[in-house]
This record gives sequence, C-alpha cells and structure tokens, in this order.
Amino acid sequence: MSDFDSLNKNEGDAELQEFLMVEKQKAQVNAQIHEFNEICWDKCVDKPSNKLDSRTETCLANCVDRFIDTSLLITNRFAQLLSQKSGGGLQ
Amino acid sequence: MSSLTSSQKGELMDQVKQQIAVANAQELLTKMTEKCFKKCVGKPGTVLDSSEQKCIAMCMDRFMDSWNLVSRTYGQRLQRERSNM
Repeated sequence: MSDFDSLNKNEGDAELQEFLMVEKQKAQVNAQIHEFNEICWDKCVDKPSNKLDSRTETCLANCVDRFIDTSLLITNRFAQLLSQKSGGGLQ
Repeated sequence: MSSLTSSQKGELMDQVKQQIAVANAQELLTKMTEKCFKKCVGKPGTVLDSSEQKCIAMCMDRFMDSWNLVSRTYGQRLQRERSNM
C-alpha cells in the first residue's frame, strides 16, 4: 500500500510539474510579446486610424525579426568579447 | 506536500490558468493605457474631448491588432529557429 501511495504521489507531482513548466513557458513567451509590441508600436505606429495600413504591418513584422536579430548578434558578440578577454590575457 | 485528488489537481490547474489570464489582461490594459494616452492626449484639458475619446477607441483597436501581429510574427520566428536547430 505504501508503494501504491508513493507511486500515485510521484505521478501527480510529475503531471503538475509538467503543467507548470508549460504554463511558465507560455507566460514567458507572452511577456516577450508584450515587450516586442511596446518597442515596435513606438517605432512603427503613427496616428491610430481605422486600420493598420500595410506599411505599418510590414514595419511591425520587420521590427520583431530585426529586434531578435539584434539580440542574437549582441549576445554572440558579447560572448566573443568575453572569451577574448579571458583567453587572450588582459590588455 | 500531501497528494491531491485528481479533481483538486484540475481545480488548481484551472486556477493557475485563470490567474495567468488575468495577469495578461492587466499587462495589456496597462500598456494600452500608457501608449494611447501618449498618442491621443496631447495637452490634457479639463475633460477628454470627443476627438480624444475617438482617438483612444481607435488606438485600443490598433494596439490589439499590433499585439496580434507581433504575436504571430514571433510565433513564426520561434518555429523557424526551432526547425533550424
């Protein structure tokens, strides 16, 4: 009976953990969307009108992709700078 | 932690989901208010006049359009990055 108990408990925990992990990931993606939307709204949207015109739509889509590119570029270059510093001795 | 019955667990999951949804709506509301105030209320007068109100209403709709477009674009990017791995 105690085996049964612990088995049940473990299974329950695993299911909850899985659930929470997925929800956490979804929340992180959502937070990222809020951030992108704020940045790209400021960059791309002029006076609000009856609909988003195609120029604004293109700008928003490009803005998201270029922001991610920028983030990746900076992350990589920053890592390079760090490894140069630690590998090549102090200047 | 004592083990939960499956109905308790379901309840807990629903609660978590609901709290996340509320937090999301609050975030959207806060950002929207901030951005549309900035866009539509140039010099604050004694009341929100009708053109400001109209601007705010439109701004809300466009802000949600923008959110959805950004969400779609980001989703596509995530998929592309994943298939490149």
